Amino acid sequence: MWSLISVELYKIFRRPRTYISFGAIAALIIVVQLGLKIDGSAYAAFLMKDINDTLTVDGKILNGYLICYILLQLLLVHVPLLVALIAADMFSGEANLGTLRLLFSTPSSRTKWVFAKFIAASVYTILLLLWLAFLALLVSMWVFGTDDLFLMKSNYVVVIEQKDVLWRYLGAFVFASFSLLTVTSLGFLMSTLSNNSIGPIVGTMSAIVFFTILSTLNIPLYNTIKPYLFTTHMNNWKEFFDIKVNANNEAITGTILNVSKIQSSLWVLTLHIILFLGASVIIIKKKDILS
Amino acid sequence: MKKILIVLFSCLIFFKSNGFAQVDPLIERVSQKLALVNDYVAEGTMKTDVYFIKASLGKVKVYFKKPNLLKIKKEGGISLLPKGGVSLSINTLLNTKQYNTIQAGTQLINGKILTVLKLIPNDENLDWVISTLWIDPIDALVYKTATTTKENGSYEINLQYGAYAKYGLASKIVFSFNTKDYKLPNGITLEFGDEEVAAKQKLLKNKRGKIEITYNNYTINKGIPNSIL
Repeated sequence: MWSLISVELYKIFRRPRTYISFGAIAALIIVVQLGLKIDGSAYAAFLMKDINDTLTVDGKILNGYLICYILLQLLLVHVPLLVALIAADMFSGEANLGTLRLLFSTPSSRTKWVFAKFIAASVYTILLLLWLAFLALLVSMWVFGTDDLFLMKSNYVVVIEQKDVLWRYLGAFVFASFSLLTVTSLGFLMSTLSNNSIGPIVGTMSAIVFFTILSTLNIPLYNTIKPYLFTTHMNNWKEFFDIKVNANNEAITGTILNVSKIQSSLWVLTLHIILFLGASVIIIKKKDILS
Repeated sequence: MKKILIVLFSCLIFFKSNGFAQVDPLIERVSQKLALVNDYVAEGTMKTDVYFIKASLGKVKVYFKKPNLLKIKKEGGISLLPKGGVSLSINTLLNTKQYNTIQAGTQLINGKILTVLKLIPNDENLDWVISTLWIDPIDALVYKTATTTKENGSYEINLQYGAYAKYGLASKIVFSFNTKDYKLPNGITLEFGDEEVAAKQKLLKNKRGKIEITYNNYTINKGIPNSIL
């Protein structure tokens, strides 16, 4: 199995296309960091407009932790599109090149190949996420320093002490890995349905955009299906950054407001991964290799 | 006799024209007590209770230097303080000496009969419009103030005293102030679908905010560099 995974990893990282995603993420993060470094105070003043009417805030608001949160908000919506570039090409690329027949004529079973390819695509996804975490969190901490995380949500503000922040990011990145692996498995499923790469890549991207829009629409008709859409749950990494308060409205350090929401989202995402991967196995096992 | 009358009349005109205000003897006693302190550094715990803010208790250091320099710093973190309200300490109010005092009777608060005095500033440049003080006439300690400012709304400060009462320094201070609405568009926060939270927040709007500081100890008259303040 390991040799199959090694082969697939070699194929992924041999292609220049693979590095487009790493480059795109680096470019986006550097642009945002540069902008906030030069003109961050104006951005913070705009965000703090309502608060400044009532309170005087003293401290380093625009620190590495907040920059990372802003970057994750922006990028975790778009990284799935970059994941699709590779995941949706895993079988369709082989079919397009005519190497799928050769692949399945080896002594290893089709199921083994499916799992090897999926694991290789998952390794790419996790590496992309680690790259994102390195640039968004560690580089931001280095450039902007650290302080309490002053998080401005739509209806309230959460102030998380800096000693209480890093484990939340660790949790958020683990959660994000489930989100991105769901996209990987969807792209992977799409790749089993086509003999060229463009269709599955565009199909995966379209599905993500379509379901993301459905998840954000507040129309009662769609509210009933929202809990079943993986895109609804992909954004719940933010739950790691909401905190419980006691009866005196004091935030309780080390707590998460809605743990059950994170748990249920992880279950839904895991079920989607199993469903998409299971469907891929069934399709590949029954597939006639005509290319 | 004529000369004495002229001198007295001249003095009266001089004092009147220079805006010297009548100072209540009780205020004078409070001022004398506060005058014992030239500067202090106090360590304490701060609690922020504002309906739209979730914040934990934080350790703070409060720096004061005569006549009215005051700075509250949270140790290694972000602090939230009522806008303009904290600087309106009793020292700030009384040290100006630019006010008239009106007696407003007595009031029973927490088992103590407190004398109520209203201060009306006679300097138009001062930030506050009127301030009411609830003072214990026995030990000359201010237990409550309610101040209306020109630009930052009204504030109420409740004080409790402990080991440092002889200096007129409180062991606990509670600032109460009006809060305004807080709302950021979902398009900026990228949060969609949390209508339940928004509805709950609406119910709490216009609730008064509170900042509580409980002091553990004071370091008095040891000097503070101006750079801190």
